Amino acid sequence: MAEHREFMYRRLHSLLGVVPIGIFLIQHLVVNHFAVYGEESFNKAANFMDNLPFKLVLETVIIYLPILFHAILGVYIVFTARNNVNRYGFLRNWLFFVQRITGIITLVFIAWHVWQTRIQIALGAELNFGMMEDILTNPFMFWFYIVGVISTVFHFSNGLWGFLVSWGFAQSPKSQKIITYATLVVFIVVSYIGVRTLITFAYGI
Amino acid sequence: MAEQKTVTFIITRQDSPDSAPYQETFHVPYRKNMNVISGLMEIQKNPVTANGQKTSPVHWEMNCLEEVCGACSMVINGTARQSCATLVDELEQPIRLEPMSTFPVVRDLIVDRERMFDALKRIKAWIPIDGTYDLGPGPRMPEKKRQWAYELSKCMTCGVCLEACPNVNDKSDFIGPAFLSLPRLYNAHPTGEMNKGERLDALMEDGGITGCGNSQNCVQVCPKGIPLTTSIAAMNRETSIHAFRNFFGSDHA
Ligand code: HEM
Ligand code: FES
Repeated sequence: MAEHREFMYRRLHSLLGVVPIGIFLIQHLVVNHFAVYGEESFNKAANFMDNLPFKLVLETVIIYLPILFHAILGVYIVFTARNNVNRYGFLRNWLFFVQRITGIITLVFIAWHVWQTRIQIALGAELNFGMMEDILTNPFMFWFYIVGVISTVFHFSNGLWGFLVSWGFAQSPKSQKIITYATLVVFIVVSYIGVRTLITFAYGI
Repeated sequence: MAEQKTVTFIITRQDSPDSAPYQETFHVPYRKNMNVISGLMEIQKNPVTANGQKTSPVHWEMNCLEEVCGACSMVINGTARQSCATLVDELEQPIRLEPMSTFPVVRDLIVDRERMFDALKRIKAWIPIDGTYDLGPGPRMPEKKRQWAYELSKCMTCGVCLEACPNVNDKSDFIGPAFLSLPRLYNAHPTGEMNKGERLDALMEDGGITGCGNSQNCVQVCPKGIPLTTSIAAMNRETSIHAFRNFFGSDHA
């Protein structure tokens, strides 16, 4: 297998972006959205997730290792491009560029977010509504999270388009156009879910 | 008599592969319907810059002058295209000409396109029919398929898609869009199909098909209108299947 190593790594990178990382992203934002129905709902949902059996194994296999692999190879991919949107300002070239920008923003955001929540919990902080409320009532943090969440969701949605093309599911220009619209809908809907939750934590509405 | 209309060219020049590039401006008498190459020919006849200095003639490459050979590619007002098929009337002035940056410069607007020749060899961009005895006629190709394949066969290795691709550069070994599409052409041919696996393997090597990041500039700039991104997605599927077959499949050739 050694001969097609780069091919295998890149296909794996593409797959991991959707399964499991993309699936996890949606699950994470949907569970957090319980906050909108009240502190109680959020705490119940968060505690359920927190008390899943084999939590550390699940986290490692479904989240940490895949993101680590995707992020490391992703940064390499970002730096091997010479972006040229100023010369070739086509829509897909812009999306190619923004896919790379949002990859970097997402990396910074995730690193900070994990430090501020998961690692603090491991160090003894309590996971509850109040924790996120404390973080997000700070206006700077609120906007940092808004940018981070939208960037991540964009990266995932446009990445979903890339996944469908990179594996050869969508070939004809027409099908590629339709999935552009479909992934745009994914972007809007998932962004809404994420942003709505942040607003609840920050402003209690 | 009315004043003679002129066309202004700003040309990025380079005397040798290792010397530093510099710019020179030229005014050329305007003629109706002139293309960029006819402007370069005027400069060749009278190599005097805009401020009256005598200079060496500007070098460029050309052959067919009808957009089929691919030799005359250069960056015209920021985008790579064929200088023989680019009309001066359709351009903003001054017209800026640069060599394609993806390739090493030989002189002025002439670049070394050898990497594309290497790429053609890598993907076996031919149909092997030579043998030690007459193999007889090959299988026939349906007319409809031939018409479809003809569109893919218009590739003239002009290098414009490589120049426009953000992933073809000195930091990556990506082979370039044209060479992801050509294997589809040769694999579609009834005789070429016999070496299908080899071409797919070549696409799966380092710098192969996974170098594509779907910026899709190639299909926008291709002077021959080749459906490059459709080809790439099709070969993405072929290589995905090929990889699964190699791994999970039996010991097929
Ligand atoms: C929540 C985190 C993330 C998710 C859900 C995610 C998802 C995806 C998906 C689905 C793709 C499409 C794969 C393809 O083009 O076939 C992708 C591509 C990509 N990701 Fe991520 N990703 C995440 C984090 C990151 C990070 C942290 C980086 C690093 C900076 C990154 C860099 C990239 C790059 C450069 C591509 C484009 C690959 C290409 O076009 O060839 N991603 N991502
Ligand atoms: S001279 Fe042949 S394509 Fe322009």
